[in-house]
Amino acid sequence: MTSGTRRTGIEKAMKTVLLISALASVLIVLLIFIFTMKEATPAFREIGVWKMLSDTTWRPGNDQFGILAMIAGSGLVTLGAVLIGVPLALGTAVFLSEIAPCWIAGIVRPSIELLAGIPSVVYGLFGMVVLVPLVRTIPAPGNAGYGLLAASIVLAVMILPTIANISEFAIRSVPKGYKEGSLALGATKWETISRVIIPAAKPGIISAVVLGLGRALGETIAMIMVIGNSVILPTAITDNPLSIFLSRARTLTGNIAVEISYATGIHESALFATGVVLFILIMLVNGSARFLMKMGVKS
Amino acid sequence: MEAERAEKTRMMTEDYSLFYGDFKALNNINIKIPTNKITAFIGPSGCGKSTLLRSFNRMNDLIPGVTTAGTIFLDGRNVAREDVVELRKKVGMVFQRPNPFPKSIFDNVAYGPRLHGTKNRSDLAVIVEKSLKRAALWEEVKDDLHKSGMSLSGGQQQRLCIARAIAIEPEVILMDEPASALDPVATLKIEELMNVLKRNYTIAIVTHNMQQAGRVSDYTAFMLTDEKRAGNLIELGPTKQIFTTPSDSRTEDYISGRFG
Ligand SMILES: Nc1ncnc2c1ncn2[C@@H]1O[C@H](COP(=O)(O)OP(=O)(O)OP(=O)(O)O)[C@@H](O)[C@H]1O
Ligand SMILES: [Mg+2]
Repeated sequence: MTSGTRRTGIEKAMKTVLLISALASVLIVLLIFIFTMKEATPAFREIGVWKMLSDTTWRPGNDQFGILAMIAGSGLVTLGAVLIGVPLALGTAVFLSEIAPCWIAGIVRPSIELLAGIPSVVYGLFGMVVLVPLVRTIPAPGNAGYGLLAASIVLAVMILPTIANISEFAIRSVPKGYKEGSLALGATKWETISRVIIPAAKPGIISAVVLGLGRALGETIAMIMVIGNSVILPTAITDNPLSIFLSRARTLTGNIAVEISYATGIHESALFATGVVLFILIMLVNGSARFLMKMGVKS
Repeated sequence: MEAERAEKTRMMTEDYSLFYGDFKALNNINIKIPTNKITAFIGPSGCGKSTLLRSFNRMNDLIPGVTTAGTIFLDGRNVAREDVVELRKKVGMVFQRPNPFPKSIFDNVAYGPRLHGTKNRSDLAVIVEKSLKRAALWEEVKDDLHKSGMSLSGGQQQRLCIARAIAIEPEVILMDEPASALDPVATLKIEELMNVLKRNYTIAIVTHNMQQAGRVSDYTAFMLTDEKRAGNLIELGPTKQIFTTPSDSRTEDYISGRFG
């Protein structure tokens, strides 16, 4: 009897503790948003939200605070990272979960974990020393090596561990029965992977990609080191539309980090506004991913 | 001579043994599975029934460390030398736990035919309808072919898996305790279905349910482990004979023990 009430007591206490910890993160997110928003308000008010979002000129000395170029920079570098990183990460995940013999997986998996542990500034160094000179060898007028391509590659490697890890877990969680069912119908290993296993793991793979996206949008220092940081709306530098990736750019994160140390007044507020935009962008990405995941589960 | 023996025998093992690593799970099995008949495999847990069944379509190839000795024939041809994809097209399998893919009912049944080259939607529709009808599921799902196969009841899922297996017109269907996860009504449905299916297919079924073996099968194989825990075939004969006048006393013990 007493032990029964004690146990329900513990049960209740646990519930409260868990609720508080869950609420704590909500509260922190809210606090950060409110604080950033408060600091950004003067900029939004004086410059105007739409003006900031639609103007490509960022010249603090001239009181011009358009961040469209940075939105494009962040968007493009993230797109590039996803285009390069997702296939690589998915390939790794499939390889590790379905194909690799134990001893190879035993080498590859820790290497990927190591990749996740490398500080981003080191990625930046690697990008500067290896990738930038490499990209520079692409013949195109005005190609300096620094720019979206080098940054996308760096970013792709940085998000690879996250995406590969979670996707591998998702693939491993696919019930063994699906695989056996497919093979028993005369499917080859590859047919089974592409037609049954990957579709069944899709919700998990989507969340992996979104986590990667969030990480990519937020990456700062490595981007500053290789992307060139010029505030220009990236455009193709040759006839080939893909050469847009040879363009220099600046990311939203880079904009804040580069200038915050000396900014004052409205300039400082505009940097906070940049932060708000980044925040909302990431929320949009997460939201749409959640939506996609629900759709994926339904169908 | 080989051809003569194979005339009415669809599958056959010859001195077949299987090892999981060092552990011998099957010891020198010699068995014949007659064409267009239902052969039931019975025996206590762990005697190697599933292992033997999975040998017929080489599902054990997937398990690392498995080695075999002896030969298994399908229509007189050594299955080890066949292309495994071709083999599994001819020897289908239904698993203990219903395992429909997380796809629509239509796509579940069309999965095999698509793999093997049927692309045309209307051809697929014909196959899907025919297979679902043969699996006695058509009437229940014909208006919901786009619904997920996972949304069906357990018994319906199992019939869907049977439809999926017969959609590629195999010669043999292996069933490993196909009704053990089902209620009695669903079980009865599956049994009726097997009786119809045997007109066109050769069926091998593992079951722990003696009444079921008695009801549905034409032949019964009784397996038992020896002192080293390796599975042996004790005897194989017409079901009626095995259940009434088995030639081995161990068979009688097992069956009567089960009946209480
Ligand atoms: N993947 C495996 N690795 C190692 N040993 C295995 C494996 N699968 C089965 N065995 C062993 O082989 C023997 C036969 O197993 P099997 O599953 O064929 O028995 P069964 O007759 O189907 O039993 P049940 O009636 O419980 O399903 C058992 O001793 C089992 O432990
Ligand atoms: Mg078994």
